[in-house]
Amino acid sequence: MEYSNLQRQAASLKKSLFDQGYLDEQFCQIEYLQDEASPNFTEEVVSLFFENSTRLMTNIEQAMEKNPRDFSRWDVNMQQLKGSCSSIGASRMKNECTSFRNICGDENAEGCMRSFQNLKREHGVLRQKLESYFQVLRQAGPAVTAARPRGM
Amino acid sequence: MEVTAAAGACCRGRGDHHAGEEERSSAKVVVPVGSDGAEVEPCVIAVDDSSVDRALVTALLRRSKYRVTAVDSGKRALEILGSEPNVSMIITDYWMPEMTGYDLLKKVKESSKLKQIPVVIMSSENVPTRITRCLEEGAEDFLLKPVRPSDISRITTRMLLH
Repeated sequence: MEYSNLQRQAASLKKSLFDQGYLDEQFCQIEYLQDEASPNFTEEVVSLFFENSTRLMTNIEQAMEKNPRDFSRWDVNMQQLKGSCSSIGASRMKNECTSFRNICGDENAEGCMRSFQNLKREHGVLRQKLESYFQVLRQAGPAVTAARPRGM
Repeated sequence: MEVTAAAGACCRGRGDHHAGEEERSSAKVVVPVGSDGAEVEPCVIAVDDSSVDRALVTALLRRSKYRVTAVDSGKRALEILGSEPNVSMIITDYWMPEMTGYDLLKKVKESSKLKQIPVVIMSSENVPTRITRCLEEGAEDFLLKPVRPSDISRITTRMLLH
């Protein structure tokens, strides 16, 4: 009984991540690649993403401090981060990256600062939610991982 | 950083020796032998400075039963190409620091030893001039990221026909 409650909890967490727009279909593609040879593939890729994204966001923040109005540099860094977000299906973060790049294109430094703060918030929230999801998944066991959320 | 995706990700799916033999015989692939007489399985070199994308493309190729060596730069890819005897394909990101995927493509196509190796370019941006340039330089295909299983199926089917 406890096992199926955890399964339901994991499925519910995952559904809410999709319903609230934090994740998109690409995340399902990653889960599809998980198998017996790589039973923790999804979590490993997400972990790589957060290593990557944390580093990229630090680079962007430093670029914004040390190279004020160097919109080209800011954009190049953000392009990398956007690509990474796209690869794991981090939809809200990806949209914020797009927003930042558009504002960068307008050479609006204050707008870029605000957008970057939004991005940092989204990053933190996504990390928290995914950590909770994987924690429940680990407790529930392998049966949960391949399921797509209903209504997707 | 080089990740040779052999641990749990070697070409024949799950290390099933019989499946590997069956695939070789059904595809009628002539497999070269190394200096010790052992058969050398075909290898795909995946090149991407993003660790996330390296992991994803490696997993996708592994599902298609390829042995994959994943590296983080064009420079490293060229080093591997110098020593790996049986490379069936190179799949590379376009936008990388120091040496782009396009630069790598050019170097491969300029080399008498390497030019027959199919090169596939990946990019997160849909830039028509970039795509045209790569195809004109001899790229086998140009994939938009995130790469999907259907993309890999398409290119690996084409590789079998080479």
